[in-house]
Amino acid sequence: MSSKRSRRRIYFMFLAPALIVYTVFMVYPLLSSLGYSFIEWDGYIRRGFAGFDNFRKVLFERPYSERLVGALKHNVFFFVVTFLIQTTFGLFIAVMLTKGGRLLRLFQTVYFAPYTLSQVVVGFLWLLLLNPTWGQINKFLTLIGLENLTRPWLGDMMTALPTIVLVNAWRWLGFPITVYLAGLQGIPVELEEAALVDGATPWQVFRHVTLPLLVPTIGMVTILTFIYDFNAFELIFIMQGSSGSPFYSTDVLGTFFYRTAFGDATTGGEVGQVGLGSAIAVLMFLVICVVSVFGVWLVRRQEVEM
Amino acid sequence: MKVRRGLVVCLILLFCLAVGAASTSAADVELTFWSWRTEDIDAYEKFIKVFEAENPGITVKFIPFKNTEYNTILATALQGGTGPDIIHLRSYGGMEALAEAGYLMELTEAEVPDLAKFDKDVLRGASNRHTGKVYGVPFAIQTVQVLYNKAIFDELGLEEPETWDEFLKLCQTIKDAGIVPLANGGKEGWTLETLFGGVAPNFYGGNDFSDAVINGDTNFLDERFIYSLGKMLELRPYMPKDFMGIGYTDMQMMFAQEMAAMMIGGSYETATLERLNPDIKLGVFPVPGEKPGEGGYVAVYMDGSYGINAITKHKEECLKFINFLATEQYGQMFTDELSQPSAVPGVKPTHPVLAEMLALANEKATPHLMVVGFRFDQPNGSTILQAGLQAMFSDQLTPEDVAAEIHEGLIKWYEPFQK
Repeated sequence: MSSKRSRRRIYFMFLAPALIVYTVFMVYPLLSSLGYSFIEWDGYIRRGFAGFDNFRKVLFERPYSERLVGALKHNVFFFVVTFLIQTTFGLFIAVMLTKGGRLLRLFQTVYFAPYTLSQVVVGFLWLLLLNPTWGQINKFLTLIGLENLTRPWLGDMMTALPTIVLVNAWRWLGFPITVYLAGLQGIPVELEEAALVDGATPWQVFRHVTLPLLVPTIGMVTILTFIYDFNAFELIFIMQGSSGSPFYSTDVLGTFFYRTAFGDATTGGEVGQVGLGSAIAVLMFLVICVVSVFGVWLVRRQEVEM
Repeated sequence: MKVRRGLVVCLILLFCLAVGAASTSAADVELTFWSWRTEDIDAYEKFIKVFEAENPGITVKFIPFKNTEYNTILATALQGGTGPDIIHLRSYGGMEALAEAGYLMELTEAEVPDLAKFDKDVLRGASNRHTGKVYGVPFAIQTVQVLYNKAIFDELGLEEPETWDEFLKLCQTIKDAGIVPLANGGKEGWTLETLFGGVAPNFYGGNDFSDAVINGDTNFLDERFIYSLGKMLELRPYMPKDFMGIGYTDMQMMFAQEMAAMMIGGSYETATLERLNPDIKLGVFPVPGEKPGEGGYVAVYMDGSYGINAITKHKEECLKFINFLATEQYGQMFTDELSQPSAVPGVKPTHPVLAEMLALANEKATPHLMVVGFRFDQPNGSTILQAGLQAMFSDQLTPEDVAAEIHEGLIKWYEPFQK
């Protein structure tokens, strides 16, 4: 009996460091922001219990509701485009790399390199490249006779968000490619060889042998991409600031939250709205949590079927 | 032997120094002074030396934080019951929230006699609108007008325009000469608000409208306001190619490198532009109105102030320092060192461009509308105007739409509109 208790104590002692760190830095802030979202704030002053008023404002009161829907749409766009790029182009590159032979390692490094750069570096690099006056992108387009394609990429409401999504993909792609590559290398060669012997074309082999076996990997990468893209903030903040400039065309949940909770520094030190900001954070958490759990469940079910 | 003796002497000297330092610091009061002006750290250290020389026994430690993070850091510290003794305060709404929350010490004319000299409009930026109490000594005012490159103007034989039509014609001449007339861009919304400050007052009728709208006698659906927004669009052909992608630093570079002849900007540009290009010859004029004598307004706002933490342990010493910051002597040092117009009355900048800016502002000043009047709550006037102007310059919203957006946002919290 006593030995059982002491063993339990030892288990707990091993768990304690991680548990304490997790509680202090993850659980506590999460719960406190949940708490803040039910409190009415007047600038820096706490006024009292607000019930669901902060949520009502964010969800149903203009301009907040309009901004929330706009930001959510942009997050969805961000995720869908990134997903499309990584499961077509990214997967293609990964498959090519498996056939790469000696060049494999080199190209693997080349594709992975941008992922090791910090988002701040990537943001500044592309800000310079995309600058309409000094940037290389418009200069290059002019050089090859496509001058009518030049535009203020980050200042044009039509192109600002797609440009940022592409810049993000440039940095991010190394990650899915590497994971796909690992997944592809885990597929036994015999399966593909057997299909080839049975007279399948390379496309049929890929479509009916390789791809089904890769689905769990693609599923997990997609879930990670979803979480990452719905938390998108750094790159947009660096390239466009927190105001969703121009005219909220690059506003995502992250920037909307930041601007609301901490105030927009570009408008000269306005005061944040802690209650509303917390409500947005809670909504973000709910969306990401529910969709991710559903996604994991979906991937698991796929695995069982196979 | 010699070496050892030298060492001993050194050690004794060091010991004396240590004792000396310890004994002075024990008697000294050290005030902490937080700020967002990381770029001005050398200047502030100079100012503080002057103060310390005049007030033995008090030392001041200047601690600047990153501009964009300052508000959060300061608010967090004040909420936690700490923070600095002396606080570099933002203006208007940014300051008022701190005062409302009771974090700032009220400054009375009994304690800070020099406050009586300050212009009432300037002091508004350091007061609580509701109670009229003052919480800070203003440090700088900023003015918005046209800055131009004198060399380019001389080369093309151009003169400062008297009417809006002359101004547009002048822009066309510059454009025909292959130079960008206006360096203003729109990638960052706030630079468009600066453009608004320079242009719009000349078409909404200056102080008649601004007084009326601040008092709530009219609102932003007023035709004069919509008309002034439309007038801004007439400048679009003279802004840089792809100007919606031109950010703030791009504007400064374009103008400083003499790729652009003019820039509608704030007085705070003077120092930066001259640092980027020491040879540049700056001139200034206000944006003209439609007829000679109409318009010519310079938009003015108070940039911020110095205040005292309500829970400081060194009230006496803080007041000494604050009184020092309100003197003409300090104002003169401030304007000469930082090339910014001091808010202290009677200070004449030695810098000719700044002096001219102030002279223009003394002639015909109008409040920089959203900054002065509509930044006290969210959604604040500047935020809506900035985003709206971006949409208007991208042809996504008409001037009427922008006015409607502003009205809809402000009526939520601006009591005078709710009547």
